[in-house]
Amino acid sequence: MIAAGARARSALPGFGPALAVTLGWVGLIVVIPLAALAVRALSLGPAGIVVSLAQPRVYAALRLSFGCAALAAAIALPLGLLLAWVLVRLRFPGRRLLDSLVDLPFALPTAVAGITLTDLFAPNGLLGAPLAQIGVKIAYNPLGILVALVFVSIPFVVRTTEPVLRDLPRETEEASETLGAAPWQTLWHVVLPALAPALLVSFGLAFARGVGEYGSVIFIAGNMPMVSEIAPLLIVTRLQEFDYAGAAAIGVAMLAGSLIVLSTLTAVQRRLERGR
Amino acid sequence: MSRAVLLGAAWLVVAVLFLLPLGTVFAEAFRHGLAFAVDALREPDALAAVQLTLLVAAIALPLNTLCGLAAAWCLTKFDFPGKRALLVIIELPLTISPVISGLVWVLLFGANGWFGRALAAHDVQIIFAVPGIVLATIFVTFPFVARTVMPLMQAQGRAQEEAAAMLGAGFAATFLRVTLPDIAWALLAGVLLSTARAMGEFGAVSVVSGHIPGVTETMPLHIETLYNDYQSAAAFAMAACLGLFSLFTLAIKAALEWRLGSQLGTVR
Repeated sequence: MIAAGARARSALPGFGPALAVTLGWVGLIVVIPLAALAVRALSLGPAGIVVSLAQPRVYAALRLSFGCAALAAAIALPLGLLLAWVLVRLRFPGRRLLDSLVDLPFALPTAVAGITLTDLFAPNGLLGAPLAQIGVKIAYNPLGILVALVFVSIPFVVRTTEPVLRDLPRETEEASETLGAAPWQTLWHVVLPALAPALLVSFGLAFARGVGEYGSVIFIAGNMPMVSEIAPLLIVTRLQEFDYAGAAAIGVAMLAGSLIVLSTLTAVQRRLERGR
Repeated sequence: MSRAVLLGAAWLVVAVLFLLPLGTVFAEAFRHGLAFAVDALREPDALAAVQLTLLVAAIALPLNTLCGLAAAWCLTKFDFPGKRALLVIIELPLTISPVISGLVWVLLFGANGWFGRALAAHDVQIIFAVPGIVLATIFVTFPFVARTVMPLMQAQGRAQEEAAAMLGAGFAATFLRVTLPDIAWALLAGVLLSTARAMGEFGAVSVVSGHIPGVTETMPLHIETLYNDYQSAAAFAMAACLGLFSLFTLAIKAALEWRLGSQLGTVR
């Protein structure tokens, strides 16, 4: 029926078969597996889910994952903004190289990133050794999780704010400076408000990625229950114990958390853009 | 703010967070020399890992490419109810944790899964075997091709295809001779991104694979095994291979973006 309706509106061929293939593929690969996740979690019943998630170890893991993801995304905001600014506003030798390097965390396999960051920040590592001398321990610590998540968050911030920066009319900033504003005042009162929606969205994207990040984190984290055990790792442990429902509950909690943050931020972003 | 300060700070961030790790991969890989690294890669388990990685990619990629193109065709050249929902669903694997991407397959086909008992009765092994790894890889690379070509197909509109249809071309002729040439570079970018992701996927495959060296270990999993076994030079040697491929895809992507600009859209 959809096919007939669409054909009435378009002269193009191939809708029926293409849609059938698409729906079949999407159904088999995405919808059914995710349905299995929801059903398995719900098999505990709402009360059961709460009980399962309230276990000290689960709660600690979720709090660590959400907390580190949020903190890392927040740290990535100024760093990413700096890189985006430099890439959009300045011309300098090596600019194309810098531009490509920003995508490195996206292109590099997470396990490779994981062992490399661990190697760098381990107590005897290139960066870890001098840091250990001043008493800062990064590897095998929640701090290590933070570093790894900042690594994967920065590209989100750069790529989301770049287009906005590019479209920002220079005249507004120039007007601000002509009227006597110091550079930081221009930044704070003119540029940042214009960037706010993009910053919010990139925070949300980085957060969602950070909550679920696995390969980059488990090598550097330490993985001690209650201390440095991230939620994805706990899912793996529950699966090994054949506690499928418990694993599914954690999975659903992670998805729900990411979804809530992303939709809230998108709503705020739309409100900000409408007020413009 | 001083231009030099900003530039210096930017390069510092990139140097510490991106260049240093990249350099470390190769420095550690060649810690005992090139010969050692090459020998490590020639170990039977390492070769098996490379083989499995390539096999899984070879199965997942064509499937996702074909279906991604079908999805892009429906979504950009036609209007129908539920289009937005379909778009959201297609993008879902991008936002889901890799571990969850593996978990869902265990929930379906694992010992206590929906089809677990039926599979056991017929002696079919999906989880802790290659089929499970293929499924998990298909899930995580699902959106890439569609997502890369759709912005371009959307921007190119329907006029050319409609002209072809009016001149009597069937679906195959229209798609192959009108649409495909215009999206060829974007398609290449999407396929490369999918390949890179398929080869480098860790979390999802880790959950479904069972980690049996020589049998169900892909390259990233073998890196983990080697690293946890304190064979760090061998681990980094394999990591360097994957790293080289990532650099290759970055270079191609940069070249494509230079040629086609923002038409490509960005796949994250």
